[in-house]
Amino acid sequence: MNIYTADQPKKEAPGATAEDVVRHDAEPVNSAKIRKPLYEARKKIFPKRAEGRFRQFKWIVMLITLGIYYLGPWIRWDRGPFAPDQAILIDLAHRRFYFFFIEIWPQEFFFVAGLLVMAGFGLFLITSAVGRAWCGYTCPQTVWVDLFLVVERFIEGDRNARMKLDKAPWSFEKIWKRVSKHAVWLLIGVSTGGAWIFYFADAPQLLLDLWTFQAPAVAYLTIGVLTATTYVFGGLMREQVCTYMCPWPRIQGAMLDESSLTVTYNDWRGEPRTHGTKKAAAEGKVAGDCVDCNACVVVCPMGIDIRDGQQLECITCALCIDACDGVMEKLGRDKGLISYATLADYNANMALATGNGAHAINPNIVRDADGHFHDKVKHFNWKIIFRARTLLYMGVWAAVGVGLLVALLSRDRLEVNVLHDRNPQFVLESDGSIRNGFTVRILNMIPEPRVISLSLEGLEGATMKINGMDQPDSRSFDIPADPDKAVTLKVYVTVPRDQLHDDEQHFHFLAEDKSSNEHDVYKAVFNAPADVKNKDHH
Amino acid sequence: MADKHVDELSGVETTGHVWDGIRELNNPLPRWWVWTFYACIIWAFGYTIFYPAWPLLTENTKGIWNVTNRSVLKDELAVASGAQKVFVDKIAAMPVAEIVKDKSLSEFATAAGAAAFKVNCTPCHGSGAQGGVGYPNLNDNDWLWGGSAEQIYTTIAHGIRDTGDPDTRVSEMPAFGEMLKPEEIQNVAAYVADLSKQPVTSGDPAAGKEVFATNCVACHGDQAQGNRDLGAPNLSDAIWLKGSGEAAIIAQVTKPKHGVMPAWTVRLGDTTVKELAVFVHSLGGGE
Repeated sequence: MNIYTADQPKKEAPGATAEDVVRHDAEPVNSAKIRKPLYEARKKIFPKRAEGRFRQFKWIVMLITLGIYYLGPWIRWDRGPFAPDQAILIDLAHRRFYFFFIEIWPQEFFFVAGLLVMAGFGLFLITSAVGRAWCGYTCPQTVWVDLFLVVERFIEGDRNARMKLDKAPWSFEKIWKRVSKHAVWLLIGVSTGGAWIFYFADAPQLLLDLWTFQAPAVAYLTIGVLTATTYVFGGLMREQVCTYMCPWPRIQGAMLDESSLTVTYNDWRGEPRTHGTKKAAAEGKVAGDCVDCNACVVVCPMGIDIRDGQQLECITCALCIDACDGVMEKLGRDKGLISYATLADYNANMALATGNGAHAINPNIVRDADGHFHDKVKHFNWKIIFRARTLLYMGVWAAVGVGLLVALLSRDRLEVNVLHDRNPQFVLESDGSIRNGFTVRILNMIPEPRVISLSLEGLEGATMKINGMDQPDSRSFDIPADPDKAVTLKVYVTVPRDQLHDDEQHFHFLAEDKSSNEHDVYKAVFNAPADVKNKDHH
Repeated sequence: MADKHVDELSGVETTGHVWDGIRELNNPLPRWWVWTFYACIIWAFGYTIFYPAWPLLTENTKGIWNVTNRSVLKDELAVASGAQKVFVDKIAAMPVAEIVKDKSLSEFATAAGAAAFKVNCTPCHGSGAQGGVGYPNLNDNDWLWGGSAEQIYTTIAHGIRDTGDPDTRVSEMPAFGEMLKPEEIQNVAAYVADLSKQPVTSGDPAAGKEVFATNCVACHGDQAQGNRDLGAPNLSDAIWLKGSGEAAIIAQVTKPKHGVMPAWTVRLGDTTVKELAVFVHSLGGGE
């Protein structure tokens, strides 16, 4: 679906004239017209409900993101009797992370690091291609503010009703509307905090525990903290979080270049704005497409005026595009007075409209006699997304992804780690043989019990003794390994004196699952006193 | 500044501060930011009331919660030992022979014993329990008084030649320097060295065998295999507590040195001694 360019209405019969469009009384909150103290109170913003293709898209994104967040922990995934059946689970107590068919042990945390690298490059890619799309559509702050606004609108009405209610003296109606609004917000906050903790424990059991007050204190505390942050950030602070608290708008500024798509007011066709085209024409003045209706300002969740140009506050949610397109449609003019455009295109069109800066904007220059745009006017083009910068980001992103995938598919689920005793390095036994101690750790990384055979490879004449195993000395032991657990063994390897020929002999510990042929090998060293090199001893 | 000055380029009002003709734009901070700042100051004062904070002449204010790192540590240690109590109580109630057979209990006891060993035993036996001349290596399979968990426990509990413990392990090798002639000692040393395949240089092993049969078999056995009931070492193996070689053997036969180990139960308590026994038993030589 191409949402970046609007479908154009038929030219013949405009449904309304510029005079018919409702003009809103609105002033952007960051307007330079207002005298400012060093600190200022937050100016209330009453975003009007927008309608259009971007609003549609944002509803879909909201549904998907909130759906994933709230329902994620409730998806079940059968892993057999020895592992939890929750599809997404961060089991901190047992240090395991489960994601559908993937199970990650702490030493495999690089998968998470890799995903974070991918998220970073993904963000660079998206930002350099389509601007602050993360901010405008998918950032939790944006999504939850949208959700909170739905509640606000449902209870208090749209912009005008809300402004009226805000100004009205306290009455029964105002009180119950305010109380119910904040109550619903708090409820959303509680369920947001609640959903978070379900990722860290078995969700159905934890929900039951929460109701019966059996859940651990940290669960209630986390819900409390996240309820507070959701309520305060989503309900009370809203755009202040983006403008003053979030570092990302500043970083994203550095990610944009002249080929990045951003929400742009095309003043090369909009200016000079005028309230009445007929009146202007009668007076012999040039009139741009902008009828100064402020529809773009009233829908803005940040309370700014996009016609002031690119600004830090703009999260590029594109609701102003929807609002303006609606007005343009009514007027029978070309949509896209506010549109996704690149700085390069904008500059080219601006140069066209101003005669390379020779005069003020004359929107008549960009159109031919029939009212169609001049051939030289540059429009949105998909190809702009594919350029060196974005391809590079794409390449790095894909390379990390492929690397992770290869690592995931080729990883071992059976590992053996060995630590050689250093103090003492070797022990002289009563019969003159030499013994070395090893701490052997066998990792059974699947949620099934297995019997792992641990054996010696190389080192002629050596035998093993394992603490806690009722088995005579041997070169091979069958170790029962619990599902998804590591077994730590104290292993003593003894070599008769006459079989030793060096003070440093290499051999291997072989851990093997004989039923599946999965195996892992650890290269180890057997130490002996230096005098074993002298074969003439008695 | 009374004058209102607006920057022409940005249209933003300035604060009135001018440095070298450069003016500072006034883009106001949100007011809640200042409130947050004030709230932090109030929080800081609250903190100094509840926690140790202000330096005085000789000490500092304690704070009404009287929190110190030491008291926090004490609480944490209490919690930790509370968690260990289940294991410790079981160890106190069970004989060591049973403890070593119980997987989880022996793991706990080994870890606890290792900690106690580092504090109490390393001065003589070494940090790796590897011993030294005169101090037995506890890793090997050569035991003077027996290498089962129960025997090791008895040795640690009552010590060796500890005069303060009536049940201590006692053995004493006579000073043969006063009973045998020097060449007899030389020959018996040659015999013993030959038994464990050490090079013989001075004495006559054949003559030494007769001396050994007359004087030594009572304790060390007719094969010189030792006797654990008496703490008499095995003289036919590769391990020599007081040093190997004829010279060392001659010295030990002439005027024996006797090691002493204190009885540890009185110092550490029975449970810790059991843990130590399990740890030493796990070192590889345990029987």
